[in-house]
Amino acid sequence: MIDTLIQGVLLGGYYAGIACGLSFMFFVMRIINLAHGSLAVAAAYGLWLLASTFGISPFVGLLIILPVMAVAGWILQLYLLERSARGGALLPILTTFGLAIVIDNLMFEQFGADTRSLAPFIGSLSYDSWELPGSIYVGKLAVMTMATAIALLGGLQFFLSRFALGRAIRATAEDPDTAGLVGIDARTANALAAAIAMVTVGIAGAFLGMRATFDPYSGGPQLLFAFEAAVIGGAGSLWGTLIGGIVLGLAQSLGAQVHPQGFLIGGHAVFLAVLFARLFLTGLPFLGKGGFSRTGLAKIRAAIRSTL
Amino acid sequence: MTLGSNGISIERWTRSSRLALGGVAIAFALFAIAPMALGAGAIDRLTALFIYVILAAMWNALAGFGGLVSVGQQVFFGLGAYFTIRLADAGLNPFLSLFAAALITGAISLPLSFVMLRLKGGEFAIGMWVISALTHMLVNLDRLIQGETGTSLISLNIYDSGTRRVMIYWLSLVSMAALLGMLFALLRSRVGAAIQAIRDNEDAATSLGVRVLATKRLLFVLAAFGIAVAGALWLATATTFQPKTYFSVQWTAYMIFMVLVGGIGKFEGAILGAVLFFVIETFFGAMGVWYLIGLGATAVLFSLFLPLGLWGEIERRFDLRLLPVGYRVKLPGPAKIQWNQ
Repeated sequence: MIDTLIQGVLLGGYYAGIACGLSFMFFVMRIINLAHGSLAVAAAYGLWLLASTFGISPFVGLLIILPVMAVAGWILQLYLLERSARGGALLPILTTFGLAIVIDNLMFEQFGADTRSLAPFIGSLSYDSWELPGSIYVGKLAVMTMATAIALLGGLQFFLSRFALGRAIRATAEDPDTAGLVGIDARTANALAAAIAMVTVGIAGAFLGMRATFDPYSGGPQLLFAFEAAVIGGAGSLWGTLIGGIVLGLAQSLGAQVHPQGFLIGGHAVFLAVLFARLFLTGLPFLGKGGFSRTGLAKIRAAIRSTL
Repeated sequence: MTLGSNGISIERWTRSSRLALGGVAIAFALFAIAPMALGAGAIDRLTALFIYVILAAMWNALAGFGGLVSVGQQVFFGLGAYFTIRLADAGLNPFLSLFAAALITGAISLPLSFVMLRLKGGEFAIGMWVISALTHMLVNLDRLIQGETGTSLISLNIYDSGTRRVMIYWLSLVSMAALLGMLFALLRSRVGAAIQAIRDNEDAATSLGVRVLATKRLLFVLAAFGIAVAGALWLATATTFQPKTYFSVQWTAYMIFMVLVGGIGKFEGAILGAVLFFVIETFFGAMGVWYLIGLGATAVLFSLFLPLGLWGEIERRFDLRLLPVGYRVKLPGPAKIQWNQ
């Protein structure tokens, strides 16, 4: 039982990692990128290609893939999202959905239906583990995933609060027009935010490939997991995303203990339960306003306090 | 109708739309007698076309008019098929099961709407996908379905294949006509005015006293029912039920493609989109993965460069209204100004 809990928490590290880019983009641009999961899988394929053809370790491969992802994010924002957002709030959903179909099927065309994994290219890391008292084993890779997720979220939080560029992004998220008055170029801030989000997607893709297998159509499920973790974590802070990921990981691990199909059912069920509770207890939308700023968290605390 | 002496009139039916309605009536009559002249393959293809028109019109009702973009509508498609299997297994006539299943699915969508309609934009879109994924898993748990192996609508075998094919064809034609008729009547009614106000500007509609949530709920349930009819009919033509194929997000991709290309928020647009999709599928469907890449890319290009879709462009350029659901103002003299579509 304790073993299941530990594995569930560590699995949550992966979900927090993949969710952080999704909620970050929603926070800044109010857009949910439906190609989020597909882009993570594309990054995993990129690493797999580098490893299998040139023998480049996935960790070194990230040095190539992450800049590519950043550029992809920049282009995505300037040429797709910004343009479609002009046609109303609903169009970016359709644009990114179409993009996901294109990416998934291009990967299928290129790599076929076989499942792939990065595990063969990381030596013994994929199965190494530490033994805890009580003969509980924790995988080194799972711990590393969790540590990376925490570093990613902490780094993002630090960047947003301490750096001028980070503050520019936050200001744009809060109110692009007013930000423009004080000399912040909203276009650049948004493109930068999309680039950062795609870097986190690239990292998440690497861990997806190392801890499990993936195929061209893995993007959809990854999008759902990222979305669920972001929803469960709520609109508090980046750290909410970590909690959301852990809750999702726990629900799935516990669900798997109950029934062979319980893994996915457990995750979806806890997502709906949280959604239901939040809608009817506080009346707050889940990602809603507030985003990652402290004031947002304070607003939510106040709202919860007033309803309790 | 003429208002006052200044010559301004408000019109709904134009000469072209009267002609169009006549054309629609003739088309239905021709479709109804078509099985006498067509071979088995052609009948099956036309049945598919009718189902596509239902899917496009229902997704358009939800997204184009209700402003609710969902990428989880396959849940209703799958449930329509699943309940048909369940009811037929319980001994109900398979053809009756089709419609009973759609009614059950519509009934389920009502309580679901109370949770889901509280979500906005992208939250609603992916939230529906989660609902679909969860429902898919739960259906897999049913022993009758045997997991992903699936099962068949065996009880249809009491009809010989020729009768069955024509029966399903007519049922699809009648279902399509009835659902389109319902939607058309709804959009032209008092509720229709509210629906179009919501489509154009939700906040403004709210301030005018439009009951936004109730109106959206109506569209949500109608779309769920209509898509369930489509799912049940698809099951009747395919006879096999594999949860994976029915709860696939591919169905929503098709709906989005049809509506985006045809013209989102236009009654005629969804029909045009379905016909185009049908033609494209007929010619390029065999190309497999490149066909899907093409569909996705076309959807992206339309959303970027032609967000009104083909019908929206036709309307704008030629000032054409075939099946009018709104009114328009006609000024005397050569200049024509329209406010409402």
